[in-house]
Amino acid sequence: MSEHSWSWNVHTSLPSQSGAHESCVREVLAQLKLLGWADRDLFAVEMALVESLVNAMRHGNRLDAKKKVVVECKASPDRFWMRVQDEGTGFRPDVVPDCTAEENLERCSGRGLALIKAYMTSVEYNDSGNSVTMEKFRTTGPAG
Amino acid sequence: MAKTRRIKVNESGQVSVVTFADSKIIDEAEIQELGQELYDLVEREDRKKIVLNFANVEFLSSAALGKLIGFDKRVKQHAAELILSNIRPEIYEVFAITKLTKLFQIKDDEADALAVL
Repeated sequence: MSEHSWSWNVHTSLPSQSGAHESCVREVLAQLKLLGWADRDLFAVEMALVESLVNAMRHGNRLDAKKKVVVECKASPDRFWMRVQDEGTGFRPDVVPDCTAEENLERCSGRGLALIKAYMTSVEYNDSGNSVTMEKFRTTGPAG
Repeated sequence: MAKTRRIKVNESGQVSVVTFADSKIIDEAEIQELGQELYDLVEREDRKKIVLNFANVEFLSSAALGKLIGFDKRVKQHAAELILSNIRPEIYEVFAITKLTKLFQIKDDEADALAVL
């Protein structure tokens, strides 16, 4: 398979503290908008970004500001790719309760993973569960 | 009524209609504050009929959904009634993905919500 031609990429690390993800989310959305991505897909990417970064900071690194979340993003007019890695011990996504099951509807957590899965084209975790890689193929035409 | 920063409350007859101050409900600290202001409606002010009008809301995270579920539990504990309204399609999709459309009573607009409370 030929290598995809990316128009933009960023590789950065963020401290694990409340709100540290915001500038990264803003930058990615601004770049995608420049590449012609429409609002519906931008919403999907924003959801996956917010949920994965907050999960990494809060659940992975326990909001320890000394621990970093490493983020790598690549974007083109039709694809978005992202990897988020924390310094935590990881988790097994297959044992997280299904938040959409009738008996779990009132649980106050577990929805972030379901939203990431729903909005991204593909989502993969590494074996130790402290790194998630996801990709989104653009589904809609230009904004407007 | 206590001063609120994350919500605005208007009275419509016996019903309290709540709108949100933030178009994006993401920030952890703001979500905590939002939760407390909502909980106060039933726990301190004993309001029995509440409409949450989402017209201003353009984005919300799973943490915000968790807080809404916590609010719904308190509403039920206090024998109050809660209806969500004016949810734009992309936000409704978030509720649908997480199956929270089964948990919450949702109406298209505020008038529809007021009509059944």
